[in-house]
Amino acid sequence: MHLGVSESMRECEYSQISTRSSTPMETPYKKKTPKRRKWESFPGRNKFYCDGRIMMAKQTGVFYLTLVLILVTCGLFFTNDCRFLAENLTPAIPVIGGALFLFVLGTLLRTSFSDPGVLPRATADEAADLERQIDVANGSTGYRPPPRTKEVVINGQTVKLKYCFTCKIFRPPRASHCSLCDNCVERFDHHCPWVGNCVGRRNYRFFYMFILSLSFLTIFIFAFVITNIILRSHKNGFLDALKDSPASVLEVVVCFFSVWSIVGLSGFHTYLISSNQTTNEDIKGSWSSKRGKDNHNPYSHGNIFTNCCAALCGPLPPSLIDRRGFIQSDAPQLAPPTNGITTYGATQSQQSHMCDQDQCIQSTKFVLQAATTPLLQQQSSEPVILTASPENVAPLPARTSLSLAGPCTSLPLGQPTPPTSTPSLSCHEATDMLPIHGHGHTHNHSHPYQEPVAHHHYLTPEEVPSPPGMLPCGSPLGHSHTMQAGFYNPASQDSLHEDSVRGLVKLSSV
Amino acid sequence: MKPTNNILRHSASLANKVFIQRDYSEGTTCKFQTKFPIELESRIERTLFEDTVKTLNNFYAEAEKIGGQSYLEGCLACTTAYLIFLCIETRYEKVLKKIANYIQEQNEKIYAPRGLVITDPIERGMRVIEISIYEDRGSCGSSSGSSSVSGSTAR
Repeated sequence: MHLGVSESMRECEYSQISTRSSTPMETPYKKKTPKRRKWESFPGRNKFYCDGRIMMAKQTGVFYLTLVLILVTCGLFFTNDCRFLAENLTPAIPVIGGALFLFVLGTLLRTSFSDPGVLPRATADEAADLERQIDVANGSTGYRPPPRTKEVVINGQTVKLKYCFTCKIFRPPRASHCSLCDNCVERFDHHCPWVGNCVGRRNYRFFYMFILSLSFLTIFIFAFVITNIILRSHKNGFLDALKDSPASVLEVVVCFFSVWSIVGLSGFHTYLISSNQTTNEDIKGSWSSKRGKDNHNPYSHGNIFTNCCAALCGPLPPSLIDRRGFIQSDAPQLAPPTNGITTYGATQSQQSHMCDQDQCIQSTKFVLQAATTPLLQQQSSEPVILTASPENVAPLPARTSLSLAGPCTSLPLGQPTPPTSTPSLSCHEATDMLPIHGHGHTHNHSHPYQEPVAHHHYLTPEEVPSPPGMLPCGSPLGHSHTMQAGFYNPASQDSLHEDSVRGLVKLSSV
Repeated sequence: MKPTNNILRHSASLANKVFIQRDYSEGTTCKFQTKFPIELESRIERTLFEDTVKTLNNFYAEAEKIGGQSYLEGCLACTTAYLIFLCIETRYEKVLKKIANYIQEQNEKIYAPRGLVITDPIERGMRVIEISIYEDRGSCGSSSGSSSVSGSTAR
């Protein structure tokens, strides 16, 4: 068993020496790379701090504003007004104020820094399995209809589950995709810029506690600053009172404008909690009786008390994205090796820098050799496509150039640009686009699902491309691009073609 | 879970993966479909499979139950400004550990001898139960039907 593994590894070592070998591109020896944590290769648009312990949205400017407002107002209150109030009224005022302030800060930080309930994206195998099921359901026509929904009946109410093209999953009920964070979030409420994070299943109670306690704090400060001014003006007169504590004016202004919005928001969310709805559902009117006679909220527990308890005191689910776990580089995948050209989700590429340089040099030699002779583009594009989506493409190119026009034109299936009558032109387009995501980018990211994602991206033109592999890049493709320029005539120099093909294969996996 | 995986990986190659999807008929609580997948028909008895899935469903229901204990935990956490979670484990996490142990036990006793491995749903975002079907490397290239015999006799 163990011998089997070391034998295959020895095979790869021999492949390094022979220059004309077509053995698999697996690494002969494993270079010890430092283990990376999963948050470092997280596909969404989030920012991570403290080695993955803290998770926030990309835009955090407004969050800092919130923090500054709270700190400055409370700071002014404690330094400016509290002394007078403690002496003349009761020392309980700064104590209660202090407790409220700490609670507000704690809940704010908890809301902002925790994972709102992000759903991890589907693995390559899961996505492929779903695609297969959808194909079967659709009758496997060439064209896939864009809207993919699944209907489920939950407690007597029909709910549509939508397919998320970015995450490659059918979203669970009440989940939604946040376009700002580029994640699917469970029980998605809304994206709150004030806390710098999405509000979802895992941090909704902290958010609610934050706005509730903040409304109490705002009312508290407002009331006692007014009391402070009134007491002082009884002693010294109104204008003198204002002169004695000038900061009070600022505090009153801030609190006055905040109170309306924050108290209003707290009231709104209290209503949402008691009816067990999310902001998203309320805005869309998902459960409103206007939509249908029998339309009702299937998630409500029936009475207000149970709904409130469930939302606030229910069990706290764990984070599904395991930010601080280490990336496993040895996960087996289903993608069958086609002549050993496939790379296992670019994880092995992390360990292959040393020998790749030799292979790169040799590959470049083949490529340049081939470039000096007229080459058929189709042939050159073939191996590139293989690295991108090994499970979908026929094995290595046939000898004749004409037969290649077939698989090449059939490849851009469902692409926005339909294959033209001239096979060479369409293949040119294919070559333009496919190598871009076939090459270097699969090695910059350790996403095992990058390759099939890249292929399917072209079938859904309305989706914003999230994998950065879509973007055109310069460097290692320079060689293949020079080759493509204007070489349209079919060539019959088979051995050179073989070499160039092999060269491109090696080059593409560098 | 890990040791079983490694043993299987060295002596067998991955042939197929079956995904058991979530059952949302009762809402958003975690529950998996007990429908028996066709691919496993020749590999494992229906009752064993259904027992495993039903037990997992019960575990998840226990974790997400809204009752006295969860309220107590919630109120205690709220009063301590949720700092208590830095010290103690939530009930959900405790149940997840139980689930991990159960899955490992099931893999060792029932599934690995049949050439199957169950992946803990938490590793797949609680979306699916992934069951990997392995083929014996000795019978490489043959269909799953023939190698299933060797798989079951290995038990």
